[in-house]
Amino acid sequence: MTRYIVRRLLATIPVLFLVTVVVFSLINLVPGDPALVIAGGEADRAAIEAIRKQLGLDRPVVVRYVQWLARLVQGDFGRSVRDGRPVLDVLLLKLPVTIELAVISLGVGWAIAVPAGVLAAWKQRTALDYTATTVALAGISIPNFWLGIMLIYLLAVHLRWLPPSGYVEPWVDPVRNLQLMIMPATVLGTALAALVMRLLRSSMLEVLGSEFIRTAHAKGLAERAVVLKHALKNAMIPVATVMGLQLGGLLGGAVVTETIFAVPGIGRLAIESIFTRDYPMVQGVVLISAVAVVFVNFAVDVLYSVLDPRIRLVEEPR
Amino acid sequence: MAARDEALPALHGRRAGPPVGVRYLLNRYARNRLALWGLWVVTGVVLAAVLAPALAPADPTKTDFGALLQPPSRAHLLGTDDLGRDILSRVIYGARTSLLAGVIAVGLAVAVGVPLGLLSGYFRGRLDNVLMRVTDALLSFPLLVLALAIAAVLGAGLTKAMLAVGIVFTPGFIRLARAQVLSEREKVYVEAARALGASDRRIVWRHILPNSLSPVLVQASLAMAAAITAEATLSFLGLGTQPPTPSWGSMLNIAQAYLTRAPWMALWPGLAIFLTVLALNLVGDGLREVLDPRLR
Repeated sequence: MTRYIVRRLLATIPVLFLVTVVVFSLINLVPGDPALVIAGGEADRAAIEAIRKQLGLDRPVVVRYVQWLARLVQGDFGRSVRDGRPVLDVLLLKLPVTIELAVISLGVGWAIAVPAGVLAAWKQRTALDYTATTVALAGISIPNFWLGIMLIYLLAVHLRWLPPSGYVEPWVDPVRNLQLMIMPATVLGTALAALVMRLLRSSMLEVLGSEFIRTAHAKGLAERAVVLKHALKNAMIPVATVMGLQLGGLLGGAVVTETIFAVPGIGRLAIESIFTRDYPMVQGVVLISAVAVVFVNFAVDVLYSVLDPRIRLVEEPR
Repeated sequence: MAARDEALPALHGRRAGPPVGVRYLLNRYARNRLALWGLWVVTGVVLAAVLAPALAPADPTKTDFGALLQPPSRAHLLGTDDLGRDILSRVIYGARTSLLAGVIAVGLAVAVGVPLGLLSGYFRGRLDNVLMRVTDALLSFPLLVLALAIAAVLGAGLTKAMLAVGIVFTPGFIRLARAQVLSEREKVYVEAARALGASDRRIVWRHILPNSLSPVLVQASLAMAAAITAEATLSFLGLGTQPPTPSWGSMLNIAQAYLTRAPWMALWPGLAIFLTVLALNLVGDGLREVLDPRLR
């Protein structure tokens, strides 16, 4: 067991390393002078020179990367070009907001997807199945920003049931916090629900066709028990394996929904930083998103090796 | 899935099944009503893009300050926007932007990803190892976050946005092509070709590539849907298509500010994206059903 965890942990090191290379290259391998790009066309010479010095652009790329990485592992993500605040502090300030949004969205998404996926597979090729799969495909296809705008129009502008946008900390006013979170979480949850439902449906169909389900039926177990206990448990494995993918989708979606609904999380931070050319901040957001996905993938793999010992025997965990 | 009933003889199965004719595949596809509907819609969007100058009732960039924010009427079937431009014309011309973005982004991802994946899977070795770790790392980035970051560095604009989306989709195609080669290269026809003295080059391009194309085709149609969404998202956020070029995403960006006064501005471009993307996804699912031997 420990051996597996260690091996899996070691396997994440090259990936994390390459993630930092990509994040570093994003800004540093751009054609042209990064200092000029950051300062913008209207900046004067002194400002450009200051940025160049701050970024250490007078040294070779490899040296800069090593120094950047060395600071990174000590928790120094650099400073915002705009207001000089440490990037990590700002990230840690915004992260809880995005995590709250992601957790509520995950709840909304799974609450819709699990029953829908189970029913669609259980009642395969019935009207129920066709409706569920078609709605799910629509859910994948609908652009999240349009869904967001339409919800604001319907629920906030037209019916006046909910406040259109904004954010209040849950410890200041929990009710208001939830009112403001409902729409963004629905938007994010929709895409997630559609994805999870499709996965769960096909994995349920596979499990329902397997031998141990026939055995369970043969033992005389009730249909409900077979589907909900025996089949669902096993069918969830492939669904949970793609948690990393789901998290990636949520983080990408958060950029859009936080912008529309004025939620001050890291998604909105990303957009603001891009428009103010605050590249150290952009790097910070991109890096932290990728690292989060890598660690979720790691955690899921380890969790499964605990739950299902067969996985440990496979050479490549992927 | 719906067609297990008329599966090929079980003994032939996946490997040695008789070659399946194009007409058979077309018939199978046409029996899937949703997939057929998707194909009609996609054809419609392509026609709208190609024939835009003939179809659009007005110049999509012509402003009319005497008719700002007009609701749908006989003169302007879908209403006008904040600059008095005809929304129907802008939606029709927007099809050009969206399709162009999808075709170029996916074209780039296929053109770079498939050859890399083929070589990586066929020759294995160190190149394969390095490439796989790199795709691992790239696939760890949330798609949209990476596309945004690339677009931010490259600067705003349709071409740059397409480039960003194309780069982001490339690792997926590398992975797909590689997986395909890994299973194909062990098959008897490859061994036969080698026994006849075919070079590696010939085996990869003339034998393995054609036999690996159907999953690439399926993935490409689904990626088109995702690329169109991605372009619209970047344009919505202000990083893609720049005004006054009509793009469904940037139309929604402006519409947001006039939601209370002119909700129709937000309705039509969004519906256009939704239907186009839905149709492409239906086509992709339909193709998969027909081309995937496991579902056949």
